[in-house]
Amino acid sequence: MRRETPQKLTDYSPLVFPAGMLIVFFVVPFATMIAVSFFKRNPSGFYTPDFVFDNYARFLSLFFGKVLGFSLMLAIAVAICCIVLAVPFTYLLSRARRRTQVLWLVALLSILSLSEVIIGFAWSTLFSRTAGITNLLVMLGIMDQPVALNPSFGAVLTAMTYQALPYTVLVLYPALVRLDPTLTEAARTLGASPIRAFFTVVVPALRNTIVATLIMVFIFALGCYLLPQILGRPQHWTLSVLITDQAIYQSNMPFAAAMAVFLVLVTLGLVGLTVYAGRKGETA
Amino acid sequence: MRDILKTTVSRRAVLGAGVAGASLLAMPAVLRAQDKSLKVGVYGGYFKDSFDKNIFADFTKETGIAVESVAEPTGEAWLVQLEQAAKAGQAPADVSMMSQVAMLKGQSTELWAPLDAAKIPNASNLIDHFVNKYPDGRIAGIGAVAWYITLVTNTDVYKEAPTSWNALWDPANADKLGLLALVSNSFLLEVTAKTHFGGTNALDTEDGLLKAFEKLAEVKPNVRLWYRDEAQFEQSLKSGEIPMGQYYHDVTGLAAADGQPVRSTFPKEGGIMDSGCWALSRASAKVEEAHTFVNYMSQPKIQALLSRKVGTAPTVKRDLLDLTAEEFAAVSSDIEPIIPRYDLYQTKSDWLNQKWTEMIAG
Repeated sequence: MRRETPQKLTDYSPLVFPAGMLIVFFVVPFATMIAVSFFKRNPSGFYTPDFVFDNYARFLSLFFGKVLGFSLMLAIAVAICCIVLAVPFTYLLSRARRRTQVLWLVALLSILSLSEVIIGFAWSTLFSRTAGITNLLVMLGIMDQPVALNPSFGAVLTAMTYQALPYTVLVLYPALVRLDPTLTEAARTLGASPIRAFFTVVVPALRNTIVATLIMVFIFALGCYLLPQILGRPQHWTLSVLITDQAIYQSNMPFAAAMAVFLVLVTLGLVGLTVYAGRKGETA
Repeated sequence: MRDILKTTVSRRAVLGAGVAGASLLAMPAVLRAQDKSLKVGVYGGYFKDSFDKNIFADFTKETGIAVESVAEPTGEAWLVQLEQAAKAGQAPADVSMMSQVAMLKGQSTELWAPLDAAKIPNASNLIDHFVNKYPDGRIAGIGAVAWYITLVTNTDVYKEAPTSWNALWDPANADKLGLLALVSNSFLLEVTAKTHFGGTNALDTEDGLLKAFEKLAEVKPNVRLWYRDEAQFEQSLKSGEIPMGQYYHDVTGLAAADGQPVRSTFPKEGGIMDSGCWALSRASAKVEEAHTFVNYMSQPKIQALLSRKVGTAPTVKRDLLDLTAEEFAAVSSDIEPIIPRYDLYQTKSDWLNQKWTEMIAG
């Protein structure tokens, strides 16, 4: 079937519904947020419509710069951890028997049904001194006495990776299933070991998918605000935590909106840079 | 049989049946709307459960007004939600229990519908400072309950109860404390001022505040958890994972009564005394019911019941209460309390918040 370009105005009609949804649920709220970020904050109450740059000026400080830097670093770390775990896993999964595949996918989907709160509290129990996994290690004689593993950076990273991993696998899965098995067979015939074939054939063939997944997990992780609070120390709080503080606890909507707009801009910038670098790499 | 199938059902009949069916389904809602009801916001968890069990049921029995209790979050989260909803003409709860800082902030946007003192005769039972007024004298809220934030410990880990807030600074308690994460609900600046600088007046000047921040920064190595959500700390306190910290005297008392290894101590510098007001959202249409409710809650016998069952400190005058000396001591203390500097959280809130965040996260 040949794809025809739309001729009449009515040919665009199927676009009305998604466009409407996008406007109502994305464009309007986002525009409101940008507008609020320029409003004037009234410290004793809420805010009044205005056009001031105070909220952005307050954000431009070393303190918030460090928090922003940490948030980006954490999100990148989560994205890399997820990819490193998910690519080999999904590759093996796509080569497994149908039944095994279904079982794993159902298990992964069930993780998605857990809320961030449940994940946070579950990991904080697992990492605790009184009831955590180190008690098991003590029982096995590996450790002398149980220790608390949270609050720490490792705890935050683990829980966030756990939360994002199902998405990563589900995004990679279709691409890996469609990957032509003859590619690896050819590599094997030419004498490559399975691991060598994986790195020299599978990974390069999936480059674009992997980059796209990295970006998705990165953005997903950037919005995380509960896990750093439950499992981290204050220095592990992300910008999202501070935005929540301002919006919910300090009722400072304009400043919260300004921080959110800034976060979105930086994110878009980074994503743009990645895509640009990817294109350049392709032509080279 | 064939005849029945042949019967043509007119369009009108179908429509009629539809309307009848729909109204039948809507019946319970119509019936319910005739009853008087009131949505009341109280802090979720133990607090709400105790109110549901011990207070609201009797209130409905006596007045015929059904209470639907709404679990509200602490801090200003609920204030923001009420304010946003009121702008849209909605009231997620008609009457809510609000903290003092939230009362002041709500006043500035006229969020609270003024209450009519004539319809709340029992308000005269209250200790004067528990009647929250607009600057022009209109009543914004009526003291609901008072509560203390005290020094709490896990009894398995600390055999001896600590006696002073100074325990927070003790190097022996490294990585053992759970403290509230926000400047405006932890009131730790006041604690620091009272413990180390002779009283909360030390916070009058910016210089004094900076000194208090500096002193308070010394507790950071001792803090394992800066919590926003009570459940987060309560669980760790019970298990001994985080064996010391600041927490609510009433909830700790209830947990101890349940057999949990926790205790609440009034330090010699005093517990932090905070209080909540019943306030009516301006978007609420249940003005009459709200007045009946506030009046009911201001009776000495209800305040005494709250002290016995929920563990809160009463807002009505001590001599009107039939609480024994022992019962009174369980919810309050003769030690002069640390009264938070609510004025600071209104006039300097952003500055304090910025310094505070930089102190704990820096």
